[in-house]
Amino acid sequence: MAGRKALGGALPLLCAALLSGCGRGVLDPQGPVGEGNRQILLNSLAVMLVIVVPTIIGALWFAWWFRASNPKARYDPTFTYSGRIELIVWSIPTLTILFLGGLIYYGSHQLDPRRSLGPADRTLEVQVVALDWKWLFIYPDRQVATVNELRLPAGVPVRFRLTSASVMNVFFVPQLGTMIYAMNGMESELNLQADHVGQLYGQGAHYSGAGFPGMNFTVHVLAQDDFDQWATRLRGGTAVLNAETYAELAQQSHDVAPFAYSQVQGGLFDAIVRQVLPPARGPDSGRGGEPEIHPQPLDASICTTPVDVSRMDFDFDGRG
Amino acid sequence: MLGKLDWAAIPFEEPIPLIAALVVFLGMVGLFAWVALKGWLPYLWREWITSVDHKRIGVMYIILAMLMLLRGFVDAIMMRTHQTATLFGEGYLPPDHYDQIFSAHGTIMIFFASMPFMIGLMNFVVPLQLGVRDVAFPTLNSVGFWLTASGALLVNLSLVIGEFARTGWLPYAPLSELEYSPGVGVDYYLWAIQISGVGTLVTGVNLVTTILKMRAPGMGYLRMPIFCWTSLASCMLIVAAFPILTATLAMLTLDRYLGFHFFTNTAGGNPMMFVNLIWAWGHPEVYILVLPAFGLFSEIFSTFSSKPLFGYRSMVAATLFICVVSFTVWLHHFFTMGAGADVNAAFGIATSVIAVGTGVKIYNWMFTMYGGRIRFDTPMLWALGFITTFTVGGMTGVLLAVPAADFVLHNSMFLVAHFHNVIISGVLFGAFAGYTFWFPKAFGFRLHEGWGKAAFWFTLVGFILVFVPLYVVGLQGMTRRLQSIPVDGWAPSLLVALFGVAVMIAGAACQVIQLFVSIRQRDSLRDETGDPWDGRSLEWSTPSPPPAFNFARLPHVEDEEPYWNIKQRAIEGQPPEVPESYQPIEMPKNSPTGFVSAFFATLIGFALIWHIWWLAILGMIGAYATFVVFAWRDEAEYEIPASEVERVDRERLETRQAWYKRREEHA
Repeated sequence: MAGRKALGGALPLLCAALLSGCGRGVLDPQGPVGEGNRQILLNSLAVMLVIVVPTIIGALWFAWWFRASNPKARYDPTFTYSGRIELIVWSIPTLTILFLGGLIYYGSHQLDPRRSLGPADRTLEVQVVALDWKWLFIYPDRQVATVNELRLPAGVPVRFRLTSASVMNVFFVPQLGTMIYAMNGMESELNLQADHVGQLYGQGAHYSGAGFPGMNFTVHVLAQDDFDQWATRLRGGTAVLNAETYAELAQQSHDVAPFAYSQVQGGLFDAIVRQVLPPARGPDSGRGGEPEIHPQPLDASICTTPVDVSRMDFDFDGRG
Repeated sequence: MLGKLDWAAIPFEEPIPLIAALVVFLGMVGLFAWVALKGWLPYLWREWITSVDHKRIGVMYIILAMLMLLRGFVDAIMMRTHQTATLFGEGYLPPDHYDQIFSAHGTIMIFFASMPFMIGLMNFVVPLQLGVRDVAFPTLNSVGFWLTASGALLVNLSLVIGEFARTGWLPYAPLSELEYSPGVGVDYYLWAIQISGVGTLVTGVNLVTTILKMRAPGMGYLRMPIFCWTSLASCMLIVAAFPILTATLAMLTLDRYLGFHFFTNTAGGNPMMFVNLIWAWGHPEVYILVLPAFGLFSEIFSTFSSKPLFGYRSMVAATLFICVVSFTVWLHHFFTMGAGADVNAAFGIATSVIAVGTGVKIYNWMFTMYGGRIRFDTPMLWALGFITTFTVGGMTGVLLAVPAADFVLHNSMFLVAHFHNVIISGVLFGAFAGYTFWFPKAFGFRLHEGWGKAAFWFTLVGFILVFVPLYVVGLQGMTRRLQSIPVDGWAPSLLVALFGVAVMIAGAACQVIQLFVSIRQRDSLRDETGDPWDGRSLEWSTPSPPPAFNFARLPHVEDEEPYWNIKQRAIEGQPPEVPESYQPIEMPKNSPTGFVSAFFATLIGFALIWHIWWLAILGMIGAYATFVVFAWRDEAEYEIPASEVERVDRERLETRQAWYKRREEHA
């Protein structure tokens, strides 16, 4: 029974960890989507706890009461079937799941990542590119971009369009809610909103190679005026993100300190999605990888039509 | 000459794997030398390596599983200690090494620890429970085992020669494509899993055939012990799901070796299709692992409650329900890839529907205990630990099946905690319960109870201490597979988890000590009757260990618990009828086919990983020659003379009779 004592000693410690843990996680949302996620999570948990707790207590109580050494317990080896019990036994989980099924359906629609959170003219678009190993955020309305740092105006619905320059990753700001995959040659969509001014932690949530742990970023939620000021001030700088500098940026690098581009070539995001800008190169070697086994450079491979990107006009569909 | 293999393949600059491998290598050489010096090699070759006896193969599967369990556990310890160390500094594992470790941990634990453990238990127990003498294809069984061992060998070889995959245990494209993983790591993964996957598939075919075609006379489907039912369900899932894995990995292999574009970013490849296909296998795989555990827990609840299983038919229905529904849920692994709300809702509901089958099982186990006379031997403790913690794991699983909740929990430590919660309490506790339960049957003596109970309590407490904090830190937003920890707020949970790991190490140490102590004290732990737990199914009617032929005469089955009823009649004073005469028994001859073909498979795998084409061709010729030699064999069976059968069976009857008498006097 030494084990039980150890467990008793550990429980307060666990509770302390639990309490300190609630802040800044998915249980402390800072926007309507995260709020919705938390509500569904807690409701589902509550529905299940209603049957799980009695089940666990019941199992332990049956085991203890019917111990061989208990003379008061009635031994009945013929009790092996009861139609009534079977009916109940199949009904309890079924009813719970029926109820939960409603929650699943409702939540899935209510929190569909594509559902916009406000009228289109009030919504800010941010284009997100997962790179090896940093995040690129393009603000097409302002024609600026940031790396490993996301700035959002408070209380404004944001429509994220996401893709990846190379391997899969997931864009996730725990306190804003829903995460979504970013994949090369594809575009995904996510609508989020940050309610309050402050700083939030964001990260890549799908392992993407050696530099993966450095793929976190700070989300600065600013008042609308401050956001506008920041963008205007940034426009005064000189750093330009175009096909050439993008190719540089897309090369593998670790733990990149946040920086910004004052000007972004129009249509760059779409060019990445449509692979007009080819997928970024991977590492040059692995153990057991001679140079020859690295595939052909991409512009010479059979898969991508050779494009002279420097002379390309990225202005797709009048966007950007 | 040696393809890509040169001295650069040996990680001289990374001392940890090198030293670890050196220690393991010296240990193996030492063990081999010891066995050779003792003159046991011929015995080992004759009785084990070439054995086609399902019991021996089952035991070898479990030995392999336990070794790999230790290897995987060492990986886990390194991950937890390293991650905690990065709270205070750099840690001791560079990213490329850490990434190999978590990939190897998952791969080894699923493919080379959990699978062989469950398959080993099925191999050992199912024919005995069915009342037959062997599986349908004994030599194929041996081939299956040795191919699994070959895969395990390749994975461990990657520790020193080259590298292992750095992609996670499921090598998601495009990260696993040549463009982003140019090293040999993914190739090691692919060939190791392909080779062992063939082994698993043939074992699945073998056991399905055995259960469907080879039951003792009178044993209808609804008289089969529940463990046979869950084994059947699990093996049917193997037969249905493993070809998907093989095909998916074959496509990735074609991409990597021949420049195909199934899953590449470019040229029409579709990386999402890899994710889709791999989980179409991956989710049934979860049930392949846990269904046999459900079955053996059913046996244990019933045996240690001294009651038949409650709601047997309901349990069979729930098993088949899980078996079918498990193929309709895989999309929940990628709710966050942007499928529409209706698709997510449909798969979310399908996933939670599986919990109905599991829920029914849990209630039936509870009612099996109700009205019982429960003995708390070690297997029963594991079963109780399972029923309580697995319920929690199931609950968090259903939580993850709610798309709106999964949107914030996907890939988080909450997910990691969830699947460890179900796999450890389901599969691992099941494996340990089954190991303790059937050990006396396999070796003729019990495992030491005191050390077993200590192992249980340490493992249970350690397991809770590790994974409750990981649930918490997952809710704090921590994602999985982080080589360094960027947020200080996660520290308290990670430190508690580290403490839990220390407790689990104590549990593992108790298991190892238990085995040694039990072997030393085997005379006092001897199981003389063949029925140490007051069992209910046919395996307990054989002596411990059972003779090669299991049953002198195939038992005649008249109800669900044939052995229990024979025993009750004997206790009431009707001695079991002694046969007038015995027949000689034909048993399959030992064959080195499995070992030799696995040897060639290892050569082929190694050669293909390193592009040593001549060696690959040589290996294929060798493997084909082995098949031809086996196919042209003249004698497949040998005869055990009737006198020998009679001697063994009379001995069994006498010890039984003496025991019944002692029991009567006692009562």
